[in-house]
Amino acid sequence: MPKLPQFSFPKDRLSGRELFVVVALALILIFLMPPLLPGFRLDLLHRYLALAIVALGIDLIWGFTGLLSLGHGIFFALGGYAIAMHLKLQVPATASSPLPDFMILYGVTELPWFWYPFYSFAFAVTAVVLIPALLGALLGYLVFRNRIRGVYFSILTQAAIIVFFNFFNGQQKLFNGTNGLTDFQTLLGFPVRSPQTQYWFYVLTVIFLALAYLLCRWLTMGRFGRLLVAIRDDEARVRFSGYNPTSYKVLVFAISAALAGIGGALFTLRTGIISPRAMDIAFSIEMVIWVAVGGRASLIGAVLGALLVNFARSLLSEQFADIWLFFQGALFLMVVLALPSGIVGWLRTEAPNLIAKLWGRPQPVATYPELEFDPEVQYEREVLEQEGKHSP
Amino acid sequence: MTFLLESVFNGMSIGAVLLLTALGLAIVFGIMGVINLAHGELMMLGAYTTFVVQNGFRQLGEGWFDAYLLIAVPLAFGVAAGVGLLLERGVIRYLYGRPLETLLATWGVSLILQQLVRSISWQMTLQIALFCLLFFGGRWLLSKRAIAPRWQAWVRPVLLVLSVGIGLTAGFVAGGAVGLAMTKPWFGAQGVDVTAPSWLRGGVNLWGVQFPFVRLFIIALTAVCLVAIYLFLLRSQWGLRIRAVTQNRSMSACLGIPTETVDALTFALGSGLAGIAGCAISLLGSVSPNTGQNYIVEAFMVVVVGGVGKIVGSIVAALGIGFVNYVIGSGLMTRFLEPQTALFDFFEFFASTSMARVMVFILIIAFLQVRPAGLFPQKGRTVDA
Repeated sequence: MPKLPQFSFPKDRLSGRELFVVVALALILIFLMPPLLPGFRLDLLHRYLALAIVALGIDLIWGFTGLLSLGHGIFFALGGYAIAMHLKLQVPATASSPLPDFMILYGVTELPWFWYPFYSFAFAVTAVVLIPALLGALLGYLVFRNRIRGVYFSILTQAAIIVFFNFFNGQQKLFNGTNGLTDFQTLLGFPVRSPQTQYWFYVLTVIFLALAYLLCRWLTMGRFGRLLVAIRDDEARVRFSGYNPTSYKVLVFAISAALAGIGGALFTLRTGIISPRAMDIAFSIEMVIWVAVGGRASLIGAVLGALLVNFARSLLSEQFADIWLFFQGALFLMVVLALPSGIVGWLRTEAPNLIAKLWGRPQPVATYPELEFDPEVQYEREVLEQEGKHSP
Repeated sequence: MTFLLESVFNGMSIGAVLLLTALGLAIVFGIMGVINLAHGELMMLGAYTTFVVQNGFRQLGEGWFDAYLLIAVPLAFGVAAGVGLLLERGVIRYLYGRPLETLLATWGVSLILQQLVRSISWQMTLQIALFCLLFFGGRWLLSKRAIAPRWQAWVRPVLLVLSVGIGLTAGFVAGGAVGLAMTKPWFGAQGVDVTAPSWLRGGVNLWGVQFPFVRLFIIALTAVCLVAIYLFLLRSQWGLRIRAVTQNRSMSACLGIPTETVDALTFALGSGLAGIAGCAISLLGSVSPNTGQNYIVEAFMVVVVGGVGKIVGSIVAALGIGFVNYVIGSGLMTRFLEPQTALFDFFEFFASTSMARVMVFILIIAFLQVRPAGLFPQKGRTVDA
């Protein structure tokens, strides 16, 4: 009897080659892109790299764990607000008052209590990661504990984002309402808007993206990653096998929220504004579509999708500002109906066949791998071969 | 006493709008397990239909104008149901059993519908009509005759490109020739206003409480829709089939119920109800292309709180959410409390429309901790899917 092959996930270990590619790409982005690209394009690239970090987080929960969050804008915005509050506190309205300018405008006399810790840079940076992560964990715990999932989870996240939008939009005295936080001057003494500082923010974004990729790679390979996929494919079985899916889901939701927070903070550093618009429903659903276009359950697909969709968006909306929504809607429909596994998924499964066909090569016949090693099939083949030899 | 009555009435009227919105959603979601994110846009289509009918009747004169709602309500139902049917046949039927993908696809549809309302003009109508005529007509013609197998793969893409090309060019040529009359958008991105007919203006004053006729009309409309849906589901042949499919789809199919037709019919019915809801909200305020977005999420909350597939649940949940929303948002709670106490400050903080939503969401999350499957969960052994 032939030895059966051990079933293994394709890339279960982070190979040296992959690490090399990641580092090389990061170095190219850091050293080659700034001199090559004009300032405007570099600005866009910087923004989209920050968004790619968010996409990685979405891929982690949607692609791997099967939880479609339509409310990641909350975490994105919270990360942005955390760093923006620190930046805002560097800009006193007048010499006499330490309050940010908008608070004076709305007649606030004393800094609200939760603003105080944001004087500390270390606290603000921690908050960028921790506040979204804790909120994600809390929300996730309350929802997953009751085995609310699938579309119910999506609806609840969507309701949550409306709630947060209303909250931030309505609280003019606390967060400057609709206008959001803007007009930042310095960070740790460096002028925020100078090209020099922005370059370092860019470098930081690239490094964080690479780190986020490696983190997600590390999480999704091996036992933890397999559990995530198992939860996506059949949660009940995972529970029957003695695992508690809730804790895994809560953990992965929190990590994903933290990634969104980091992305939001880096995005805010580039754009110089954070407002409740980041908690638009449409923006959060767009995040999902980046992952869908690139390819679910493939990390590189998430990054690729975020960059491609956003660049396509900026190109198309420059050309056809009026009808961009048509393109976007069509993109949603096309991805779902025609390209369900995204670009990377298509490249992995269908593209090789297509290329072989174009070259005129015959396509390999797909069978079940188990059949190839089935002793009975082997036996039958041998018998047929024997008969073939004997018959004329 | 007076403001108790007032708050009950206001809560009820908010709840009635919510219920009307959620009703179609609940039917579609409960029966087909489909989350239709374009539901809000179907409402918007209903509202715009009302606007068009109103403008048409205004041309006829003041006497006729009063009667426009009688036409607008069924027409809004028809338009939304038609678009819903197209949506089901064109997109959703390929996605049954994949709820998350349906969510994304219907969101795409909702974006397209929003932009369509913003930019539709005679030119665009011509383009779309030409495209449909050429593409679907061409397919129909080609399906009549045999095509060599090696050309078969090419037929659809070539036809698609040709009809898009011809449609677009013809539209632009016609637009260039006729000018603004062709290219001017019908509605534009601005909101449009629907004037209530004269018999709905004003209100009745009972026990010192003002009952606006418009609100009363919406409550009555909701009640009529509810009764109609109940009768349809419980008394008619198709209602029986729909209920059978809700309970067990594969068993119903085995018994000879045409499940595909049931799906299409249910979807059209739910969409039509969205159209009526749109007609109702157009009476309450200005209607713009993104009107639907404001209502959709709350309607979903109604469905989730009520329990999926249960119309009774939707009714109770809608009235409850509407009432709580009003009581918190209007600052009614603060009236009973002494100023400067902790509770007073707490309710004061939430006493606005947007902050009331925050509070309601917290309450919903808390409620789902107690009853995860909603107020009236489906009885029996359900598949854990």
